Amino acid sequence: MKRRDLLRSFGAAVTTTALASPSAAAELKGFPTQTAMSPDHLPKPAMKGGAFRVFTQENDRKTLAAVFDRMIPSDKFGPSASEAGCLEFLDDQLAGHYGEGRALYLEGPVRPETEEAIMGSPQFTQTPRQRYEAGLKALEAYAQATDGVAFHALSPDRIDEILAGLEEGKIDLPNGVQGKWFFELMLQNAREGYLADPIYGGNRDMAGWKMIGFPGARYDYRPYIEKRGENLNLVPVSLIPND
Amino acid sequence: MTIERPKADVVICGLGWSGSVMAEELTRAGLNVVAIERGAWRDTSTDFPPAVDPDELRWHTRRELLQPMSVETTTFRNRMDQTAAPVRNWSAYQFGWNVGGAGTHWAGMSWRFTPWDFEIATQTRERYGAAKGDGMLLQDWGVTYKDMEPYYDRFERIAGTSGIAGNINGEIKPGGNPFEGPRSRDYPTPPLKDTFWMREFREASDRMGYNPFTIPAGNISQAFVNPLGVTMGPCTYCGFCDFHGCGNFSKSSPQACILPALMRRPNFTLLTETEVLHAVKHDDGKTAKGVKFITKEGVEGFQPADIVVITAYQMDNVRLMLLSGIGEQYDPVTGKGTIGRNYTYQTCGTVNGFFPDKYTNPFIGGGALAVQIDDFNGDNFDHSGLDFIGGAGIMGYSTNGRPIQNMNNLRPGSKRWGSAWKEAYARDYNQGAGIFIQGTSMPVRDAYLDLDPDYRDRHGQPLLRLTFDWNQNDKNMLKYTVDRSVEIMREAGGQDIVVDNQAEHSWNPYMQHSSHTIGGAVMGADPTTSAVNPFLQSWDVHNVFVVGASAFPMNGGYNPTVTVGALAVRAAQAIHQTYVNNPGPLVKG
Repeated sequence: MKRRDLLRSFGAAVTTTALASPSAAAELKGFPTQTAMSPDHLPKPAMKGGAFRVFTQENDRKTLAAVFDRMIPSDKFGPSASEAGCLEFLDDQLAGHYGEGRALYLEGPVRPETEEAIMGSPQFTQTPRQRYEAGLKALEAYAQATDGVAFHALSPDRIDEILAGLEEGKIDLPNGVQGKWFFELMLQNAREGYLADPIYGGNRDMAGWKMIGFPGARYDYRPYIEKRGENLNLVPVSLIPND
Repeated sequence: MTIERPKADVVICGLGWSGSVMAEELTRAGLNVVAIERGAWRDTSTDFPPAVDPDELRWHTRRELLQPMSVETTTFRNRMDQTAAPVRNWSAYQFGWNVGGAGTHWAGMSWRFTPWDFEIATQTRERYGAAKGDGMLLQDWGVTYKDMEPYYDRFERIAGTSGIAGNINGEIKPGGNPFEGPRSRDYPTPPLKDTFWMREFREASDRMGYNPFTIPAGNISQAFVNPLGVTMGPCTYCGFCDFHGCGNFSKSSPQACILPALMRRPNFTLLTETEVLHAVKHDDGKTAKGVKFITKEGVEGFQPADIVVITAYQMDNVRLMLLSGIGEQYDPVTGKGTIGRNYTYQTCGTVNGFFPDKYTNPFIGGGALAVQIDDFNGDNFDHSGLDFIGGAGIMGYSTNGRPIQNMNNLRPGSKRWGSAWKEAYARDYNQGAGIFIQGTSMPVRDAYLDLDPDYRDRHGQPLLRLTFDWNQNDKNMLKYTVDRSVEIMREAGGQDIVVDNQAEHSWNPYMQHSSHTIGGAVMGADPTTSAVNPFLQSWDVHNVFVVGASAFPMNGGYNPTVTVGALAVRAAQAIHQTYVNNPGPLVKG
C-alpha cells in the first residue's frame, strides 16, 4: 500500500464508523458504554493527492514556495520545505480550524496600538487564512515594485535579503501588511510543517525528525532511559500505520 | 423555552480535578450531585489512546485540549491607568476545557506547599520583623500545613503520586526533600528514574552541597490501585505529557483516577456541553438557590440545589462570583472588597545549557520528570540580608523533546531559518538541557481581577480583566534564584548558557513559562481580606463553596494542583460531615 492510500483509508474510517458521539448527550448517567474512538477525535490526516484548497492560485503557491525554500532550503541536512510537503501541510492547515481561526477571540473593540503595547506584539483579528491571502499578494507587489519581477523569480540571495529585512522590521509590505509579523507567521508554519507528524502532509519521510534525531510518535522509552547520554540510534515512527 | 431541572442536593460547576474530587466525596456520603461542565465528555480510550496521543501539532501546537479563546478569554493590562486588551490568541494560559478540565492536560508536578506558605504573614513577621512584608498583602491561609496533611495524603492516594519522602513524621529521609513539611507516610508509588540530564543535575547540585531529590509526580512509576479501586499503569516516559492526555492511565487525572468510580454512582449526574452562567440567590441574598445555565443549543435552564460548588478554573471561579453577585468586588484604591483581591502568578526563569559529545535524548520525558533542589525555595534559607521574601524551586527537568516546541532552543547566536538554522538544530536538539526556576509570587495592592467594561464572551457576559505586573519583591527573588541556577548549570558542565529571567520584562500572558494563575477569591480567617473561609465557604452566601487555586492568598514556588486537590477534599468533607447537618457559616467571621 502506498502512503497516500493509507492516509485516505484512515480518513475513510472516520465516515464509515461515525457513530453518535457520547459527547452529544446533554445528560450522562453511568459510565458511557461507547468506548471506541470518538469519530471527532480520530486524527484528521492531510488531504493528499487532490488540488490545493486555499492556495488555489499558482502565483501564490510559487511565492510561498520561494519563501519556504529559503527558510528551509535543500542541503546536506535534509530536503527543502517544499520537498518535505510543507506547502501541502499549510494548505491543509489553513483549510481547517486553524485557518479559520476557530479558537481565536475576534470580537471588538479592536484597538491595534493598545493591544500591541499591552501584549508586547500585535494581535490580529484576521484569521490565518486571511493573513496569507493578503500577505502573499503583498510580497508579490513588493517584488514587482522594487525589482520589477515576480517574487518567485528573485534570486535566492535577494529573497534572503528581503526575508532578513522583514525579520528585522526594516521592510514593510503594501496594503497594511506588517512585514515582520507576516514573516513570523510563515516561519512558524514552515517549521511546523517540517517537524509535525507526517500524517499532516509535511515532514515527508520524517526528514525533519531525522535531521535532529527525534524518534517520533514512540510511546515507550522504559528500555532506554538508563542508557544515559548515549546515541540510541532509534528509527523514527509516525502516526501513519506501517505496512 | 427554558429547562427547569429537578432539585439536587449539590450542583457542581465544572468537572475538572476540583469538581471530580468534590463529587466523589459528596456522592460517597450519599448526597445527590449534579455536575455541569461546559465542555464535552472526554475519556482515555475514546479520545486520547496511545494511537493518537503522541501528536505534537494537534495537542501542543494547536492546543486541542485547552479552552479556546472564542469560548471565553480574559483581558489584561499591567496598570490601572491602561485600557485592557483581550487575549486573542493562545498564550501561556492553559485553561481547562471538557470533562477533566486542566487535570487532563496538566504536567503532573505534584507538590505540597511548605508550612511557611500557609502561615506566610505570621512566620515572616516572627522571623524577620513586620517591615519585611512592607508593600505586600501578606496574609495567612487560615489553615496550617498540619491541618492540611491528611487531605494532601488523601489526594496523593487518589492520584497515585510517585516520589520519595524527605520527612516522615519529622524524621528526615535520605534522598528526599529535607525541607518538605512532615508527611504521615511515603508516596503511593516510588520515584521515577533519572534521565541523563536529571543525573547530571543531581550530581552537580549534590557536589555544591545542596539537597537534590526526584520531584513528586502525577506520572506514576508502577501499577497502582487507588482507594477508589481504580487501576493505574506505569509511565513509559513517552514525552507527550503536558498539553496531552495520557493513553496509559499513567498520569493522574480525573479520567484515570476518579471518573471510573464516580460515573457509576447512581446519585451522580453529569451535564456536558452546558455552561453555568451564574448562581442565583434567594431574594434575601443570604443563600443561593441554584445556578442558571445554557446548553450548546442555546437553551437556558435552571438547576436548583441546596449547595452550589464553584469548581471552574481559577479565573472562572472569580468571574462566576462576580457574575453571581456573591461578595464585594475588591477596590485597589480603597482596599475594600474581597473578590479579585490577592491575584498572583508564578515567577519563573529558565537556564539552558548544552552538552557537547553527549546525547541528552530530550524525547525521553514526562510532564513531572525532574530533579529539584528546594534549598532556595520558600523560607528554606535565611532572608535576613536579602531584599526579598520567598524563593523558587530549581529543577533540572526532562519534560519533553517535542521538536516544534524546541525549535528555537539553540546555542546563542544561532539563526532561526535557512541552512544555518538546520545546522544549528541538528547540532543542538540532542545536546540541550534546561533548568526551570519556579518561584513564589507575592500579592500586592494593585494586582487584582475585576469584570472588563468593554469585552464580552459568546453569551454576552463580561470577560474577566486582569491587572498585573511583577512586583519588586518577586523581581529581587528571581534575580537571586536565577543566579544560583546558573552556578548549578556551570557545575554540571553545561556550555553556551542561555538565561531567561522573565521578571526582567513587564508581564504579559504571551511571554510566560508558567500557566499558573492564582488567587482572586482567596481563603482566610478574616472576612475583610478573604472571599472564602478556611473551608472555602463564601463569607457572604454560606451555601456557596468556591474551590480551586483561586483560594490561594499567595503562590508558593510550586505547581498548584495537589494543593487544589487537598483543599477540595477538605471542603467536601466539611460539607458532608458538618454543613448538611446544620447549614450556616462553618466559621464565625
